[in-house]
Amino acid sequence: MANNLYTKKVIEHFRNPHNYGRIKKFDGLGKVGNLVCGDVLWLYIKVCKDKKGRETIKDVKYETFGCVAAISTSSVVTDLAKGKTLEEALKIDSNKIVKSLGGLPPVKYHCSLLGVDALYEAIYDYLLKQKREIPEKLIKVHQRIEKEKKEIEKRYRNWSG
Amino acid sequence: MEKIYLDYASTTPVDPRARKAMEMYLSEKFGNTMSIHSFGQEAKVALEKSREKVANLIGAKPKEIIFTGSATESNNLALKGITFAKGAAKRVKLLKELSSLKKRHIIISSIEHPCVVETANWLEKQGVKVTRIPVDKDGLVNPLDIKKAIKKETILVSIIHASNEIGTIQPIEEIGKICREKRVYFHTDAAQSFGKIPIDVNKMNIDLLTASSHKIYGPKGAACLFVKEGVRIEPILHGGGQEMGLRSSTVNVPAVIGFARACEICKKEMKKESQRLTKLRDKLIKNVLKIKNSHLAGHSKNRLPNIITFWFDFIEGESIVLRLDLLGIAASTGSACATAKLDPSPVLLAIGLKPQEAHGSLRISLGRRTTEKEINYLIKVLPKIIKQLRKISPYGK
Repeated sequence: MANNLYTKKVIEHFRNPHNYGRIKKFDGLGKVGNLVCGDVLWLYIKVCKDKKGRETIKDVKYETFGCVAAISTSSVVTDLAKGKTLEEALKIDSNKIVKSLGGLPPVKYHCSLLGVDALYEAIYDYLLKQKREIPEKLIKVHQRIEKEKKEIEKRYRNWSG
Repeated sequence: MEKIYLDYASTTPVDPRARKAMEMYLSEKFGNTMSIHSFGQEAKVALEKSREKVANLIGAKPKEIIFTGSATESNNLALKGITFAKGAAKRVKLLKELSSLKKRHIIISSIEHPCVVETANWLEKQGVKVTRIPVDKDGLVNPLDIKKAIKKETILVSIIHASNEIGTIQPIEEIGKICREKRVYFHTDAAQSFGKIPIDVNKMNIDLLTASSHKIYGPKGAACLFVKEGVRIEPILHGGGQEMGLRSSTVNVPAVIGFARACEICKKEMKKESQRLTKLRDKLIKNVLKIKNSHLAGHSKNRLPNIITFWFDFIEGESIVLRLDLLGIAASTGSACATAKLDPSPVLLAIGLKPQEAHGSLRISLGRRTTEKEINYLIKVLPKIIKQLRKISPYGK
């Protein structure tokens, strides 16, 4: 199908999204985005140790409320993260996601960031539950997300008047 | 795969009859209406005949029709033209007090099309006072609210006739009556209603009315503003003085001719077509509302025969539209994700929807080529699409 807005890859992921759903006994959960803005992504991870004893994302699933770009991003970020060690997973960034999708319209770049944020937040959640030391990179992301949440809540209050 | 177009509120295909009428005016009768030679006069005659046909559809006099390039332009001309006109103040007998732009006041509703909203915003920046009248949950303006909002400085009330997003039809006649009594000019943006439902500018007390060609199976690039005889407006385009000095620009004769032919066809077929579409509309509404957690936006009865907006809980509209598109069905949404601004539709928020509800909206608009078979197909596939997207969504489980 011809679509000037989205690439073939985006449409493919949107048509047949991979890895959607919930992991009942998850080890980490990242909840990002906001209903008011129209993008919400919940990302679940299951972590196991591989043969070399490295912590690996054995399974990853997501639930998304959002547009075409948000759903495609969710699908691609879970593809990229699946089977990766936590260290490797933390190397996934929004550029990688956009590249894997063959590009996104500039106005939708924030959707790719949403995918990364959800993955990082899920790992943050996992490490927190394990009472482990959390890398500074993850703490920074977490703080930014919390700050954004507050700003959106404020905006929503204005909206509902 | 056969494609199904259900976005007629966005634009319509040119009716072959309108196209045929236009054709000769592209390369053969191509004259400029301002030229005195035979080429120009031939075009001028055709232009004046067109004016008559357009006027005929709304009970206006031909000289009350000014051709423009788009409904956006017509709405700009109406709002700016009245605000800047000297006559506006004269009419309310407040010439001296109102000589400054800053003292003028206009009223619009909270569910206007962006071209009225943004024009009013711009006027506000120039110092004009603007009141925005809220609507109820069905999208209706209460005429009494307008009556209360009219002050001695008020020069114009502009209310959309039928909403482009939810199809609700406003009590225009009543609002017009109030404006007439209060000696305030009344403009209505009829881009969606013109040619679809009967309009009589005299009966409805309308001073200015916007209509567009491409919403009624005429070509893009033609529209008009009805300006009642005796109402003085200031032009916004200055130049050669075409259209009685109110819209300088070489007239787009082929488009105007197509527009006029489209008006003739609407006048002839309106009644039958509106009955046909109303049946299809009601069938669609009845069946789509069977989907759990689905809702209809707009008034249940006072609505256009062709515009239907639903919203679905837990999912987002752009995704619905693209899923439909993958099946060959073209529709539209008021979700923020489908716009450049990433804000949900102000119209849907104005009728009380929460932002997340506005994100889940789907607008289906029917037209001349819409068949019952197409509606049946939509009724068949839509529940599946909603179900699929809800499976992916974190909400509603």
